Amino acid sequence: MSANGKQKGWKDVPIGGLILEAGSSDKYETGDWRTYRPVWDQEKCRHCMICWIYCPDSSILVREGKVVGIDYKHCKGCGICAHECPAKCIDMRLETELEAGEAEGAGAGARCCAKSGGEAGGK
Amino acid sequence: MSKRVAITGNEAVAQAMRQINPDVVAAYPITPQTEIVQIFSTFVADGNVDTEFVTVESEHSAMSATIGASAAGARAMTATSSQGLALMWEMLYIAAGLRLPIVAPVVNRALSAPINIHCDHSDTMGARDSGWVQIYSENAQEAYDNLIQAVRIAEHADVQIPAMVCMDGFIVSHGMENAELLDDHVVRSFVGQRTPRHSLLDVDNPATFGALDFADWYFEHRRQLADAQTYVKGVVLDVAKEFAKISGRNYGLFESYRLDDAELAVVVLNSAAGTAKAVVDDLRQQGMKAGLLKIRLFRPFPHDEIVAALAGKKAIAVLDRADGLSTMGGPVFVDVRSAMYDAPGPKMVNYIYGLGGRDVDTEQIAGVYWDLARIAETGKVTSPVTYLGVRE
Repeated sequence: MSANGKQKGWKDVPIGGLILEAGSSDKYETGDWRTYRPVWDQEKCRHCMICWIYCPDSSILVREGKVVGIDYKHCKGCGICAHECPAKCIDMRLETELEAGEAEGAGAGARCCAKSGGEAGGK
Repeated sequence: MSKRVAITGNEAVAQAMRQINPDVVAAYPITPQTEIVQIFSTFVADGNVDTEFVTVESEHSAMSATIGASAAGARAMTATSSQGLALMWEMLYIAAGLRLPIVAPVVNRALSAPINIHCDHSDTMGARDSGWVQIYSENAQEAYDNLIQAVRIAEHADVQIPAMVCMDGFIVSHGMENAELLDDHVVRSFVGQRTPRHSLLDVDNPATFGALDFADWYFEHRRQLADAQTYVKGVVLDVAKEFAKISGRNYGLFESYRLDDAELAVVVLNSAAGTAKAVVDDLRQQGMKAGLLKIRLFRPFPHDEIVAALAGKKAIAVLDRADGLSTMGGPVFVDVRSAMYDAPGPKMVNYIYGLGGRDVDTEQIAGVYWDLARIAETGKVTSPVTYLGVRE
């Protein structure tokens, strides 16, 4: 977006699809690609950090050495964390079912950005 | 001092690469290109160049390594032919899409099947929509001169597009000719140093190459690539002007041979233009107003200039050394005829010739001019597309 809020045209962006700033993938939200959502059970978690090591999208949120949640803005739902978790504390659940439940419960359209997603600063 | 030598097309191109002294060359051998890289590798082994020479396991890898090197900021080159170019296919589009000014000699050879190692243009014609600049060369001298100029064209700030320099397999690549090579220092100062605006090794100004580009941006980046093509012909002419100062040899977007007052014109690329010139001279002596247009820059296609050069002719034959298999002629014919659509209309016909290295001789090309004479006289085209030299 340019300053006036209009999307930039082809004359105003670097050629060849180059990205000239570091860390810009944080701005690209891929959470809505997800079919299955990893649901993390705080009670069963041993904070071994296996999920954090394996996650290809840096979407396991950690603060002071402890897992605190999952970044649903960027998690694509690949399920590697659930597969690798030795404590079996991550459950892959269908987004459509969870969303239906959320719609009934709160009426809010929390499609890809459930609670902990907003706390990406802890990464 | 420049020196006049007896040299093959492949040797001349290898010498140009030595003088260009690229930072990286990654290549895989394929007939009839093999000699270029083989000779160049001896320059590397003997310390005559500063090039990092990367031996790879395929042409796909050759183009991939060249792309990586170019993105890192290097002046990077490769060379290939036929199936090798076909195996580079997806990477050709990536080189152009990432706007990496790679330069690659391509020695034209037929594509399989049936398997064949001899000359036609089906390899580079298939790559004509990849976004690469394509420059065609009639002989060893032109291949040498074009390769040196291609570095400046591809790397020009307004262009930033890869370029392939094409010459005919065996006919030119292995044929010994008389050519003039420039002094090493003259070529090195002509090509200068590559100064990329962005590169992977410029750690103070980080850049990501090849990031995902979906419906929200891809269209804009393709539009940029199309825009850059419009600057190519101006840059080609500017670079040619500078090249004339160091070589005394003049180049344009195409060569017009006795074309200005001609009524009957043939359009052709690469080595067959030499044969056609001899035919034009002969027919002129017999009183026919024959002329020739030899395309040098085929991509992007210099349509306005070609239309201006062909306007007012009575009949035109386009000779294609590749068949488009569309049943409406070869790729050069389709482009030339499309460009001519809005021009006051000469009759146009197409000849597919020389596939798989089939020789085309002066008699056959003279036959094309006599066909044109009949078309001009009667105003009737009986065969829009003719296979010239095939056994019936």
